[in-house]
Amino acid sequence: MNENLALIYQSLPYLLKGCTITIGLVGGALGLGFVIGIPMAVGQVYGNKYLSGLISLYVWFFRGLPVLVLLFLFYFGLFSLLGLNLPAFTAAILVLGLRSAAYQSQIFRGSIQSLGEGQMLAARSLGMKKSKAILYIILPQALRISIPGWSNEYAILLKDSAVTYAVGVMEILTRANFIATRTYKPMPIFLTCAVIFIILTYGGVKILDLLENKVRIPGYGEEER
Amino acid sequence: MQKDKDIVLRVEDIHKRYGKEEILKGISFEIKKGETKVIICINQLTIPDRGKIWLENEEVTHSRKDINQFRQKMGMVFQDFNLFDHLDALRNIEIGLIKVKGMRKNEARQKAIEELKQVGLEKQADLYPAQLSGGQKQRVSIARALAMDPKVILFDEPTSALDPELIGEVLEVIKKLAIGGMTMVVVTHEMGFARSVANEIIFVESGRIIDQGTPYKLFTNPDHERTRKFLCKITELYGKSEE
Repeated sequence: MNENLALIYQSLPYLLKGCTITIGLVGGALGLGFVIGIPMAVGQVYGNKYLSGLISLYVWFFRGLPVLVLLFLFYFGLFSLLGLNLPAFTAAILVLGLRSAAYQSQIFRGSIQSLGEGQMLAARSLGMKKSKAILYIILPQALRISIPGWSNEYAILLKDSAVTYAVGVMEILTRANFIATRTYKPMPIFLTCAVIFIILTYGGVKILDLLENKVRIPGYGEEER
Repeated sequence: MQKDKDIVLRVEDIHKRYGKEEILKGISFEIKKGETKVIICINQLTIPDRGKIWLENEEVTHSRKDINQFRQKMGMVFQDFNLFDHLDALRNIEIGLIKVKGMRKNEARQKAIEELKQVGLEKQADLYPAQLSGGQKQRVSIARALAMDPKVILFDEPTSALDPELIGEVLEVIKKLAIGGMTMVVVTHEMGFARSVANEIIFVESGRIIDQGTPYKLFTNPDHERTRKFLCKITELYGKSEE
């Protein structure tokens, strides 16, 4: 037992370095998904049928394939076909981010559509352009409503990030696997790996909970706990 | 079309269809400056299938001009308020001034406070829509429309979503505006109110204007049998003399 503890203690710095890689991956992919997902949601709700059809096609593709298949298709297929010699880390952020955009766009779309039609009508009645109404009236409300769904997306993406092990990104699971194969002691190492993931999930969700409370519109839902 | 400087809003032969049902079957009227017209049973703010609308002798329908220019001049008050839920009362009024009129922040704030005072809600400035009563919400939405300095304000059944106890405070505000010379089109079922505020009442049924005239004429000596019947029903329901 002591031996195991010692192993965990020794490997911890190495695993925690993987933690920063994982956080970078997840942060980058969530950010990319956010930046692409918002205009996608707006386009799907307010765009013409061609634009919203195109966006539906994108969502259909990225939601339809297993993440590992996407990763291989892009990393070994598309990226090398294009002559892009991307580092595994960058390629992983791109693939996870493009995929997250598909999911995030649907979270935002649901939120936008849950707002009453009257919000847009009222903005337009003031002579506000549609684009401004979306920016100043629709999105501030839709984003607030999206936080719980977005928190879900964070938790899922965090765990999906472990598949980048397959292309050699030096994240937590990759490092855990290195140690396990070298020491022939998988249990303590993978347990440590599991604990790190649980802490990261819990921490991120907690931060988003706090954010949700902070931006809650007064008079709506539960008051501060 | 005749040019009349006093006419603020002119509506000609408006038709509107929702699905199979034709809601409006040729509505025409015009409003002079400072007049308050009360129309019963019309719905507003969608594009008509047919017909023309002029605002101060400029055609709104089929205009090359940006529709947003016209909308700034036509305030709108909705049945279900439609306040921006994420903004407090003051910022509900400010946002149009800042984002549409391009006013500076402190200037917009001053004006918004003025408008809130107009409707008697300066103390509620930092409350959010969900923290206001229905009557207060509607007064904020009137202040929001007023702040844009419109040529005419359209009210779409402004008291229909309110408790009977809250209707009075909203009607009071509208009455004050009428006395102040604001041009208004009000769609309402509040007969007593219509009678006391309107310069002219247009009686609409099944998408057609069936009677039209001063409140005095309509309430005492309506041309049409249908108007008389309607007013009888109202009197039966709410008692004879109001106001």
